Amino acid sequence: MLWYTGKRILQMIPVFFGATFLIYFMVFSLPGDPIAALYGDRPPAPGVIEIIRAEYNLDKPFIVQYFLYIAGLFQGDFGTTYSGRPVADVMAQAFPITFRLAMLALAFEAFAGILVGLIAGLRKGKLFDATALVVSLLLISVPTFVVGFVLQLIFGVQLGWARTTVSSAAPWGELILPALVLASVSFAYIVRLTRASVADNLNADFVRTATAKGLSRRRVVTVHVLRNSLVPVVTYLGVDLGSLMVGAIVTEGIFNINGVGGVVYRAVTLGEGPTVVSFIAVMVIIFVVANLLVDLLYAALDPRIRYAK
Amino acid sequence: MSQPVSETVSLLEGEANAPLLQIRDLEVGFETQRGIVPAVRGVDLTLYAGQTLAIVGESGSGKTTTAQAIIDLLPGTGKVTGGQILFEGRDLTKLSAREIQAVRGNDIGYVPQDPMSNLNPVWSIGFQVEEAIKANNIAQGKEARLRTIQVLKEAGLSDAADRLKQYPHQFSGGMRQRVLIGIGLSSRPKLLIADEPTSALDVTVQRTILDHLATLTRDYGTSVLFITHDLGLAAERAEQLVVMYKGKVVESGPSQEILANPKHPYTQRLVAAAPSLASRRIQSVKHQAPDEAEIFSEGSLDDALLARAAEREHAAPTKDLISVKNVSKMYRIRKQGFRHDELLAVNDVSFGVQKGTTTAIVGESGSGKSTVAKLILQLESITSGEIEFDGQDVAGLRGSELLKFRRRVQPVFQDPYGSLDPQYSVGNTIAEPLLAHKIGTAKEREARVRELLDQVSLPSATRFRYPSELSGGQRQRIAIARALALKPDVLVLDEAVSALDVLVQGQILNLLTELQTDLGLTYLFITHDLAVVRLVADNVCVMQKGRIVEAATTDEVFDNPKELYTQELLAAIPGGDFEFGR
Repeated sequence: MLWYTGKRILQMIPVFFGATFLIYFMVFSLPGDPIAALYGDRPPAPGVIEIIRAEYNLDKPFIVQYFLYIAGLFQGDFGTTYSGRPVADVMAQAFPITFRLAMLALAFEAFAGILVGLIAGLRKGKLFDATALVVSLLLISVPTFVVGFVLQLIFGVQLGWARTTVSSAAPWGELILPALVLASVSFAYIVRLTRASVADNLNADFVRTATAKGLSRRRVVTVHVLRNSLVPVVTYLGVDLGSLMVGAIVTEGIFNINGVGGVVYRAVTLGEGPTVVSFIAVMVIIFVVANLLVDLLYAALDPRIRYAK
Repeated sequence: MSQPVSETVSLLEGEANAPLLQIRDLEVGFETQRGIVPAVRGVDLTLYAGQTLAIVGESGSGKTTTAQAIIDLLPGTGKVTGGQILFEGRDLTKLSAREIQAVRGNDIGYVPQDPMSNLNPVWSIGFQVEEAIKANNIAQGKEARLRTIQVLKEAGLSDAADRLKQYPHQFSGGMRQRVLIGIGLSSRPKLLIADEPTSALDVTVQRTILDHLATLTRDYGTSVLFITHDLGLAAERAEQLVVMYKGKVVESGPSQEILANPKHPYTQRLVAAAPSLASRRIQSVKHQAPDEAEIFSEGSLDDALLARAAEREHAAPTKDLISVKNVSKMYRIRKQGFRHDELLAVNDVSFGVQKGTTTAIVGESGSGKSTVAKLILQLESITSGEIEFDGQDVAGLRGSELLKFRRRVQPVFQDPYGSLDPQYSVGNTIAEPLLAHKIGTAKEREARVRELLDQVSLPSATRFRYPSELSGGQRQRIAIARALALKPDVLVLDEAVSALDVLVQGQILNLLTELQTDLGLTYLFITHDLAVVRLVADNVCVMQKGRIVEAATTDEVFDNPKELYTQELLAAIPGGDFEFGR
């Protein structure tokens, strides 16, 4: 297990360099001059642009820019935005907010999704199952911003249970409603995934044998059906953690949250290489670590995987 | 329909010896959108304490459904629609969910069919046995652990204490079945339902396990309800037989009596088709006067086989078509890190196959017999040695040469469900090899498909159907038709009839012999079933642990086995010691 974990951590190194290089290259290739764009219609005094370009290393070839950026990274310097603010500051402000949002969403979709999916799978073909299927299909097919605005209208405006917009500090409580919106699509997928998996496992031979042993229905379901059904669900959750961090842009927009999504979106439109790459690099690391955790959890859930390593 | 003989006995003996289990007019149906489809239609059977009763029938006969109905384990929409299941006088069909839960495990144990799928892969062996012990209140806490070890030891796992923490995938099939038997008997139930408990296992393992099961149930005085498709096995293991066909009991009574004198036509067919029995007859024919042979050769199966046996006697020896010389195959098995183990799957194997003959390679799983098939088919590369086909070394074949070789040597595999693409119509499946080798126009290919379907005795309209709509036997016919599409010289049949019911198995074997005579085919027959070998093979190679331990003509191997291992294999054929009539 230790060997396996070590191997997976070593694998992160090429993934990290590959991802940062690719993203840096893509931002570099974006059309337009980011510095000229800063000044809009009124061009600055001649020479100013050159000075700024030199300051941000934009006058150097792409590969040199990249290595200067990486070198800075290893000294703890994430670079500065074009407005002069250190990228590290921006990250320290944005990441905790998005992280709280993603965690709330993940917790909701995992608990509620598995619970609803389990009940639907056990009562396949009954009313609860049919309702769960229709509702989940609805959540999957309706765009997030529609769900967002509808919930905002109901809970924020009409019932007044939650704030329609989140304050800049974004405490946990204010993030509950946005988290529900963010989690809605994944919740629907998890319901369907769990339901199919549970229904499948209910027909497994070992479940029949467990019943024949004289176990109670409750024990058969919790011990023999649920654990076996969780393996595909856990995979999905792991991949989803990454997309929850990245895909929060729409939700953050609706509820006016100053999270990662907004910052990255603005940085991409402005062509701010260091900002984009720094944010994405952190996300890549989160993604890889999440996947590692999923694999370890996998092994905990399924001994066949544990011993095959 | 004949009544169970034992019922009359119970009337005579009265209340003093009441039956343990009495099923009266049981009806079970499966709910579908078109109403209830009956699976069991009025079954009666009676089982006394300490007795063993076997239900025999082919798949779909309702034997497993009957057994599952007893402890309410019917899958999906199945439910009891009529009749009674009296267990110690109590009607099990009337019990609530909680009441039947108390009967399961405690009073009635259950040993399922497939040891591979009947243990939960994510829980340890110890956990799964202990769970049963705790659920039935046999013991709790530390005592339950001790009892778990005891149960597993009784079931024949001598190192049980060390293996409690291991998982099912670390156990072999035979050991898993021992675990399942241990679970089934852990509460010392009065009745054990054993649903094909060994049909997924090798014949020698099967025997040890059944012997062990017999000893245990005798010691505990447990009654056994034994479900099997194997008549020989049933006759050997049970005093009472119930033969089921299409949901009904067609015959019941003492085993010996039924086998010696089957009354119902279906039972007669079953007795006639059981390969272990049929092969015995062919053997006797060879040494007997022709008029005596007449008596035995009623069925078409026997006719074809007898004719061929006679032909073979006169066949002159020719040069080997396939010649395998000192072939070895080594596999590298990855272990932790960069280390690996070497496994010699095939060890210095040599044999020859003459044109137009059938050579059988027999052995248990893991003996390397399938690997030999793969090596000959060039699906795996040989580590050392030489394989010649028609005088040509096949190891060096590349490109078009290899393609030409593949055209002449075609495989048929075991699983008729897995080896056909469910998305391909039968016609497309059979035509695929023709297409791959770019033979003929679309029209010619279709003509060939019709011809092939005719050769395997299927109507030509079958080509529009899909595998899911066909039975196991029909699918295997299609797999054979596909293999014949390229007019090969050799068919490599890897357990090609092992997954089939005995009657269907007889039909397919008959088809294969016909085809061999008509098309002059050479067969390499890979199987674990010695009974089948005796029916079709001219020569036999017995493999054990990668080596050929004995190779001779079929008659020599069966009449005069030289190796201890071969003798063990022969002795393990179920029902071999019985005398059968028709």
